[in-house]
Amino acid sequence: MADQATFADQAMEFMPSLYTAALRMTRNAADAEDLVQETYLKAYRAFGGFQQGTNLKAWLYKILTNTFINAYRSKKRRPEQTELDDVEDLYLYRRLGGLEAAAAGRSAEEEVLDLFTESEIKEAIEALPEQFRMAVLLADVEGFSYKEIADILDIPIGTVMSRLHRGRKALQKTLYEFGRSRGLVGDRDA
Amino acid sequence: MHEGHAEGADCREAVERLYFFLDGELTIERRAVIQRHLDECSDCIEAYEFEVELRTAIARGCRESVPDALRLRVYNALNGEGTIGPI
Repeated sequence: MADQATFADQAMEFMPSLYTAALRMTRNAADAEDLVQETYLKAYRAFGGFQQGTNLKAWLYKILTNTFINAYRSKKRRPEQTELDDVEDLYLYRRLGGLEAAAAGRSAEEEVLDLFTESEIKEAIEALPEQFRMAVLLADVEGFSYKEIADILDIPIGTVMSRLHRGRKALQKTLYEFGRSRGLVGDRDA
Repeated sequence: MHEGHAEGADCREAVERLYFFLDGELTIERRAVIQRHLDECSDCIEAYEFEVELRTAIARGCRESVPDALRLRVYNALNGEGTIGPI
């Protein structure tokens, strides 16, 4: 049993992570703030049932995602089917490889980090179909394990892996399109 | 990229398992096999490093700082629920 008086001490530090996820899920600041507040209220009320010593961050994320799924997600569901058949492994890497020569003198690390603006990255994440977006956020931004993501989203681990696989492909494809529209990368589809 | 070696992983396997490796979801044994391949294959290590950096860029690009107003709202809402003490 967890003591509600200790809730604020333990749970507040996760607000930046939860707010980040809430923004990418709801895609607007007002809804994200409401979602975070509602998550903390629900968590506070349920904190007596939280098992001390288990993963508080994952527990908070489960409340956040459930609240989002039940209340905030867009009424008109977008089809989750995305054309990803032409997205092969290492899609972005193979298309950006040539940039290395162009950026002589800079390390590969600087290159990738500077390649896309923060707003492009946010936009690419937000363009992902919802199920993929949640899996990618939980794994690539928050660093949760497959098992933790399965628990948070209440889906089998195999489903976590397939959503991550497809989500990462879709993300790379979107980023590539951004790069191409900015003239950053040449047309290599031929 | 070259084809498989007599022992250990080849490039195809390294690419197939790239995300499992980066996600920390391989067994210790399988991880060691891939690591040995990466130690000797500059093509694959380059691809791995790209994916690591891309992930860093994505995580960094997504980060948001919490507005003070939201922090205050949450504290006030929790205070309304019962005593959680001063901020």
